[in-house]
Amino acid sequence: MTAPAPAPASVPASVSPGRRLLGHRLFWPAVILVALLMINPVFTDGFFKVELKDGHLYGSLIDIVRFGAPLILVALGMTLVIATRGIDLSVGSVVAISGALACLRISDLGDQNSAGGVLAAAGVALALSVALGAWNGLLVAGVGVQPIIATLILMVAGRGLAQLITDGQIITVNSAPYKLIGGGYWLTLPFGIVIVLAVLALTAFLTRRLALGLLIESVGGNAEASRLAGIGARGVILTVYTFCALCAGIAGLMISSNVSSADGNNAGLWIELDAILAVVIGGTPLSGGRFSLGGTVLGALIIQTLTTTIYSIGVPPETTLLFKALVVTVVCLVQSPAFRAKVFHRRRRPAGASPVAEEKVRVSA
Amino acid sequence: MTVATVPGRRVRVPRRYVPVLVTAALFLAMFAAGGIRYEGFATGQIILNVFIDNAFLLVVAVGMTFVILAGGIDLSVGSVVALSTMVAATLLKQGWSPWPVMVLVLLIGAVLGLGMGAIIHYFEIQPFIVTLAGMFLARGLCYTIGTRSIPIDDPVFTAFAQTRIDLGADMWISPGVVVAAAVVVVAAYTLHYTRLGRNVYATGGNEQSALLMGLPVARTKIAVYTISGFCSALGGLVLSFYMLSGYGLHAVGMELDAIGAVVIGGTLLTGGSGYLFGTVLGVLVLGLIQTIISFEGTLNSWWTRILIGLLLFVFILMQRLITARRR
Repeated sequence: MTAPAPAPASVPASVSPGRRLLGHRLFWPAVILVALLMINPVFTDGFFKVELKDGHLYGSLIDIVRFGAPLILVALGMTLVIATRGIDLSVGSVVAISGALACLRISDLGDQNSAGGVLAAAGVALALSVALGAWNGLLVAGVGVQPIIATLILMVAGRGLAQLITDGQIITVNSAPYKLIGGGYWLTLPFGIVIVLAVLALTAFLTRRLALGLLIESVGGNAEASRLAGIGARGVILTVYTFCALCAGIAGLMISSNVSSADGNNAGLWIELDAILAVVIGGTPLSGGRFSLGGTVLGALIIQTLTTTIYSIGVPPETTLLFKALVVTVVCLVQSPAFRAKVFHRRRRPAGASPVAEEKVRVSA
Repeated sequence: MTVATVPGRRVRVPRRYVPVLVTAALFLAMFAAGGIRYEGFATGQIILNVFIDNAFLLVVAVGMTFVILAGGIDLSVGSVVALSTMVAATLLKQGWSPWPVMVLVLLIGAVLGLGMGAIIHYFEIQPFIVTLAGMFLARGLCYTIGTRSIPIDDPVFTAFAQTRIDLGADMWISPGVVVAAAVVVVAAYTLHYTRLGRNVYATGGNEQSALLMGLPVARTKIAVYTISGFCSALGGLVLSFYMLSGYGLHAVGMELDAIGAVVIGGTLLTGGSGYLFGTVLGVLVLGLIQTIISFEGTLNSWWTRILIGLLLFVFILMQRLITARRR
């Protein structure tokens, strides 16, 4: 595999269309996704077939998007946080808390099928998620704690809170309106996909049509400089952490609604890692200052496709983690300027700059 | 609970000792409170039990202290612990003799740490993401070896598990505690009395300055991750003595406990400041929380997580106050 071009933000118009395509920052993620998808038809007949049954769309491709919907949501929020040079480890806990609270409220309803009650329950759960996100944002922006550590607190305590809400049990609900969020259909599309499209459109509008995206990138590029330039860096940081938790809250509703139950221990377990992975694969650097929403969506789809593919080719699903480790390592290495300089442009470096670089390659798998 | 107070202007205690002293005070307060509240709590054996139940955590937290002091972080420790128990159990089942197994397990841990350290240093990727990949890798290897719990019935391992070392006065410890104590002593000597230890503090304090002073930053950074990998593997062995089984789901979330113990022990997460003794106290505090919750009986185990989160919050806030004053 050759190195991707160093993701130029704007390619001069005079460059040929082929080169421009190669240089586009979404090119490599898209290639990986297509390559992964192409493996599947070998093992599954009619993998690409999408059909309309009873007014609902069915097919493996639809399933990938449907099961990937919570991850896409969480990863979208994570993208904005990472763009400000932060990170949010607490999303998994927020997923668990939001699902737990919603299910608890619904199970307390007299009539579990009343739409109003379900809406109120979802509203309370999302309000709590927003509050948790604001707490993270306050710690990072107000107190000045490193993002990893600030969100670590909620990651540790959050699982306990979720258990506290569910009283250590798995709460099951039997509510048709709630089931709609994660498992239902609306206008032939699974409702989860509709939610993802809505959130994606909203985020894209806020960050790419309004100034918010620019503010986020400037805070991520250099928080101090942007503060001196008159940008309310604290407000921006608070906003992105709140938004991230809100996305995680919606994802939590989706996950618990899909299985009609809330499990404080296992809901959203490891989702923070998958979300970070999706963001990184999508080409948003962890050092902040630049982000790509489209890349994140592609990254999340790649992860979901990887999982589906592993199931369909009959490799034991336990090895998914190994593949993920491999993917993270390769993607990070390819993104690292130091790696590219040392491995691909070795001759340009002055001799003896760091002679041991290549012997120290990862001993993975 | 104690309040995170920084002493007034005229107090003689040097500021760098404050976090450790606060943790020590917290530990004593918790022990005293427990002693007043519960019958049969204020005995030496309770503290020894905390050590017995958390010997593996102590070993892992010592490795984590090195990494955090050097300004890094290692998220892979829990998975490496699980991998160690899994490798040990599998090889013993296949009839390997126990001593080569232990050597091999320690070697695997150290090599994993070495690899991660090398990638972090030479390719300038954040430690967070590299060790995250290491975490996936080790956990994935566990599941590839097997998804079931594998019992260990090797006589040497069982002996390690069942031996009681009598300390007199009705008190005893397990061999795991002896291993942990040895690790703590060696690590404390290394950190505070050797060149490597100085380099670790200097690198964590300011990597750029350390480099300009001519200190071997590359070697130090790689060394701390190797030490952490080695300690995780050793912690895994101690855990397999304790559990007598290898399982891919052992030690899930332990990286957080280890980081928590180091932070509660007063080591600054930005690196360059902290003491190994603080980490020992941090592990003791975490262990004592569990003990108190089990004595209380009516509180559920998830309160442990909430309390640990709360403690982390208080201590991180205190760290911010101290570093803010120093400027």
